[in-house]
Amino acid sequence: MASLRCFLRSGKNAVSAVLRREFHRTPPAAVQVTVRDALNQAMDEELERDERVFLLGEEVAQYDGAYKVSRGLWKKYGDKRIIDTPITEMGFAGIAVGAAMAGLRPICEFMTFNFSMQAIDQVINSAAKTYYMSAGLQPVPIVFRGPNGASAGVAAQHSQCFAAWYSHCPGLKVVSPWNAEDAKGLLKAAIRDDNPVVFLENELMYGVPFEISEEAQSKDFVVPIGKAKIERQGKHITLVSHSRMVGLCLDAAAVLAKEGIECEVINMRTIRPLDAEAIETSVMKTNHLITVEGGWPQFGVGAEILARLMEGPAFNYLDAPAVRVTGVDIPMPYAKILEDNSIPQIKDIIFSVKKTLNI
Amino acid sequence: MRKMLTIISNVLRGSASRNGARVVVSARTYADFTPQATFDIKKCDLHKLEDGPPLQAMLTREEGLQYYRTMQTMRRMELKADQLYKQKIIRGFCHLYDGQEACAVGIEAGINLSDHLITAYRAHGYTLTRGGTVREIMAELTGRRGGIAKGKGGSMHMYTKHFYGGNGIVGAQVPLGAGVALACKYLGKNELCVCLYGDGAANQGQIFETYNMASLWKLPCIFICENNKYGMGTSVERAAASTDYYKRGDFIPGLRVDGMDVLCVREATKFAAEHCRSGKGPILMELQTYRYHGHSMSDPGISYRTREEIQEVRSKSDPISMLKDRMLSNNMASVEELKEIDVEVRKEIEDAAQFATTDPEPPLDDLCNHIFYNDPPLEVRGTNPWTKLKSVS
Repeated sequence: MASLRCFLRSGKNAVSAVLRREFHRTPPAAVQVTVRDALNQAMDEELERDERVFLLGEEVAQYDGAYKVSRGLWKKYGDKRIIDTPITEMGFAGIAVGAAMAGLRPICEFMTFNFSMQAIDQVINSAAKTYYMSAGLQPVPIVFRGPNGASAGVAAQHSQCFAAWYSHCPGLKVVSPWNAEDAKGLLKAAIRDDNPVVFLENELMYGVPFEISEEAQSKDFVVPIGKAKIERQGKHITLVSHSRMVGLCLDAAAVLAKEGIECEVINMRTIRPLDAEAIETSVMKTNHLITVEGGWPQFGVGAEILARLMEGPAFNYLDAPAVRVTGVDIPMPYAKILEDNSIPQIKDIIFSVKKTLNI
Repeated sequence: MRKMLTIISNVLRGSASRNGARVVVSARTYADFTPQATFDIKKCDLHKLEDGPPLQAMLTREEGLQYYRTMQTMRRMELKADQLYKQKIIRGFCHLYDGQEACAVGIEAGINLSDHLITAYRAHGYTLTRGGTVREIMAELTGRRGGIAKGKGGSMHMYTKHFYGGNGIVGAQVPLGAGVALACKYLGKNELCVCLYGDGAANQGQIFETYNMASLWKLPCIFICENNKYGMGTSVERAAASTDYYKRGDFIPGLRVDGMDVLCVREATKFAAEHCRSGKGPILMELQTYRYHGHSMSDPGISYRTREEIQEVRSKSDPISMLKDRMLSNNMASVEELKEIDVEVRKEIEDAAQFATTDPEPPLDDLCNHIFYNDPPLEVRGTNPWTKLKSVS
């Protein structure tokens, strides 16, 4: 049953919407929106709101976006605001940063964040550090966005998670939405933010529909950067996660609830700045912590959360060591059976919860 | 003008007697000097261009004095930085510009302050021409709170309005410059961006990526390669399969310019600016210039070139001497007048150095500030978990 839910959650079946209502109690007058459409709406609204906002990247204009996230935008806004670039990441990322320095508000799309490595110098040295180096003279209001992390069958060079790499650097904000509301609200917040924001999407989530509240449908709805959200209240253990893994945590929590184990699931929403307070408050209530991420374990997001927990007030409340559930420490293989076993599955989360709770 | 000269004479006469030094003050009036003259300048080599900049440049007395003063200020400022570095008052990297003054001054003379400019790390000269003062430049070099970046940037990270640094990563400033040009085009204010890089950077891949996009999108960008013949310790012949840097833009029209002649640089820049402003897209200028110092203060600069070579350039092609000779031989200024400017410049540099060595270092409270712009204050972890520092925008 769990694997069926997994299959459905990947968005290959519209009926998943009905099944999901069991787990997400949402108010009426809500609307079904896929993550892709939420991102599209966010960009559309912000392009309309501020003349200085523009989008550039490979295939964003005439192709409607490699993953169709920017569908319809070129038709609506034209060549000036939606710009197709050649396949030259270092060059166009630098151009985007320069445009931000000179007063525009670019959205720079990387077809996947794997390609951002070609441009990483511009993101870190030209964008992130400049406000500090200039002692406040030169802000850089830019958003770098694109799919991050594992996809399906795209193998090692196209499956890396960059959350830890970018979150390492001061001067950057790094956000990682899970559902449609996160996607829309955080992207709008990122575009309105006067600082460089790395916006990590997830290709597998693009087609997944979620209900978004009436409030979230408003053109002024923004989700604050830097604040985590408690997706599910619980009292026995805290599960902290970001992006697609939040869904898996909720699925695991549903299974565990049947055995009387109530998990509190926290959706980080922002990786940097980390909402340590939300995590600490939860751990002080549940006394147990597991972090769940798709990326590699070494020096990863979970590693940082655990370190902060050790150094903070919540340490004394732990009844067991806090642990991490992560991707396997290998380059991503291609064969399906190997790929499936390279990233956390629901059973891995359940297993880790039971080990932590000594059940 | 005449009145101004008389006033200057009086002031100097007054200050001279206070200092007890004997200064011969010019009593000649304005009418004695040639107000303007036309000079032959070297023809620029052209790439994919039918016509180039004019072969003659007109120089007025005022312009000449202004270029002289600015170049001399730049020269003295760099030499003072050399001194302070050897006294260990300036630390880290210090890349000096002396010898290349005609480039910075000539370029600025060909554009407006409302235009934009970006360069690499040999940036002190441009910080000056783009509106920075000697005081704040020197105080930044010495890492004091009065520095142009409050001491947080240092030699390679100085900024002013429409001047985007000061960039440490070789070649990274070129895409940035094209981005600034994109903003100029987008905002429709008829401004352009001058985007500088050296002969060493000219081989960087991202520069070719930038040429491509700037040309495709017709960005108002003047790419300028300051070819001072050496990328750190590597001569151009050892680094580039083609040293015709003005042709390296391929589909971008190019000019090769005598970078030691401020008038040649100015005319070429005006020509290039006209090209950009008329919507034709980017253009590339190679300025053939020379640096007297090594790559940086850590490089004596004589292991890969001979002292004779340096001396030859100094005696035959020095940009300041060239301008001085032109003005004197055409009766556009007097020897005394130029000497007065030298004295004033020396004083300005001394005062700035005094400020730069006595101004206090930035307060520790400032350590974590300026991480984010327009954000509420945030807490920053110190070196240990118990130290929480404050950061404001």
